[in-house]
Amino acid sequence: METVLFILFGAIAVCGAIMVVTRKHPMASALYLILTLFAVAALFVLRQAHFLAAIQVIIYAGAVVVLFIFVIMLINVPEDRLPVERATTMRVLGVLAAGFFILESAVLARRFWMPIGPVAEVGTVEAVGRALFTDYLLAFEITSVLLLAAVIGAIALAKRKI
Amino acid sequence: MEALAISLVNAVPLLAGVPLWTVTLLLMVAVAAVILVFALTFEGVGSLVLRKVAGDIQARIGPNRVGPNGMLQFLADGVKLVLKEDIIPANADRLLFKLAPYFVFVGSFAAFVVVPFGVGLIAADLNIGIYYVMAVTSLVVIGVLLAGWASNNKWALLGGMRAAAQIVSYEIPVGMALIPAVLIAGSLSLQDIVRSQGGLLGIFGWNLFHNPFTFFSFFLYFTAAQAETNQTPFDLPEAESELVSGYNVEYSGIRFGLFFLAEFGDMFIVAALATACFLGGWNVPFFHVGTLPWIWGNLLSLGVFLTKAFAMVLIMMWVRWTLPRLRVDQLMRMSWKYLVPLTFVNLLGVSLWLLVFRGKGIPGMIASLFG
Repeated sequence: METVLFILFGAIAVCGAIMVVTRKHPMASALYLILTLFAVAALFVLRQAHFLAAIQVIIYAGAVVVLFIFVIMLINVPEDRLPVERATTMRVLGVLAAGFFILESAVLARRFWMPIGPVAEVGTVEAVGRALFTDYLLAFEITSVLLLAAVIGAIALAKRKI
Repeated sequence: MEALAISLVNAVPLLAGVPLWTVTLLLMVAVAAVILVFALTFEGVGSLVLRKVAGDIQARIGPNRVGPNGMLQFLADGVKLVLKEDIIPANADRLLFKLAPYFVFVGSFAAFVVVPFGVGLIAADLNIGIYYVMAVTSLVVIGVLLAGWASNNKWALLGGMRAAAQIVSYEIPVGMALIPAVLIAGSLSLQDIVRSQGGLLGIFGWNLFHNPFTFFSFFLYFTAAQAETNQTPFDLPEAESELVSGYNVEYSGIRFGLFFLAEFGDMFIVAALATACFLGGWNVPFFHVGTLPWIWGNLLSLGVFLTKAFAMVLIMMWVRWTLPRLRVDQLMRMSWKYLVPLTFVNLLGVSLWLLVFRGKGIPGMIASLFG
């Protein structure tokens, strides 16, 4: 049962990701991105990482993609005036990069192969909280400073006179 | 749900040959149907009550033609919405236009799954309860944005963008104002949060009276949630007088009906979360409901929970018809300059309180003074 669900949601996530890149209209891409994010959240749930799944949906589907859609709506380019992508070198490079990525993930997957069935709790609130405030405390705090810098930077760029 | 399925298979000999996952699946569908019927009934009757309350507050009678005292008005409205012609504007993005109402309705309805109606009456006691509600309600934002964009109408577009900006801004104070309840219970599960407010302190066991910060937190939550669900002092997205009706202006028939139902569903979710997190949920004062036989305990706790939740809904309607609408800039300023910092300070206060007094609230301390 778990394997069937894993393959199903995995397939949805991969197909959605391909559609994000290939769709012509940015709005369609954004919607497929939401589909992919939800499928990945479902994969998290399958690994008992409910907290990660919820955070994934709240942050990415609920905030980040909403921001994307917001911008797409604000700019609102008519269908016939969307830029046509011709850069073939970029495409070749992209395919090459994708190939490397798949190879690399295959190697990584062989190394960190997760056993089927119930696993040690890695995605629960307690586990994530403990990891953030013990092993990864420095990285966590530095990230918060980075976010603060980004917020101040955005305000400084948008508002010359405060 | 699976535990229930196992006990059902063991109890009913007819089901012995049926595979477990089939029984589980059928149970899930049955529970979902029950909740859907509850949600739709609430949304229907809620629309009637809303109009009656509006009538009372504006010193008029309100709906009074269909049935005795206008009691059947909501059925007439429902029939009207289903039978009305479904119009899709010629220049609309047809697929997205059709898809948007479902996003909104599913996002609102999915939250009902974790509402703790009684001791054992919860569809799924998820260990991330509160975050689950916040996650599924983010679908509503996407639906509203899509509805505004796909309609290809300037008013709808403006309404959709206002709605999205508002929901995204107010999501933060709503989440932060609920966290004190999570801290006190030590769990995100709504059942655990309700259980943590039980005991023999009666209504003083409620998180509302736990300490001054939680008391304040409740009002912060209520204000922010009122805004997140686009209730009137904050109903900028559909401001009739300036935006006609906002993101749903091009919708008609049952597609409009879905937006309408989702609005009332959201109202109930807000009331239910406030009840569960601050007002003691299904706990009966001075009494352990768990000691009663299963059916009576559940009925009693269901009654208590629904009474509190409906009272909250009535207060929301009352506020809705009493206060004038804010301006867009006032709305945004209120969220980012007042509510967000206040909820953060409040969260800090509750955390410090729990640290200093070892998790004890004021009523608990007074009770321990008297032995």
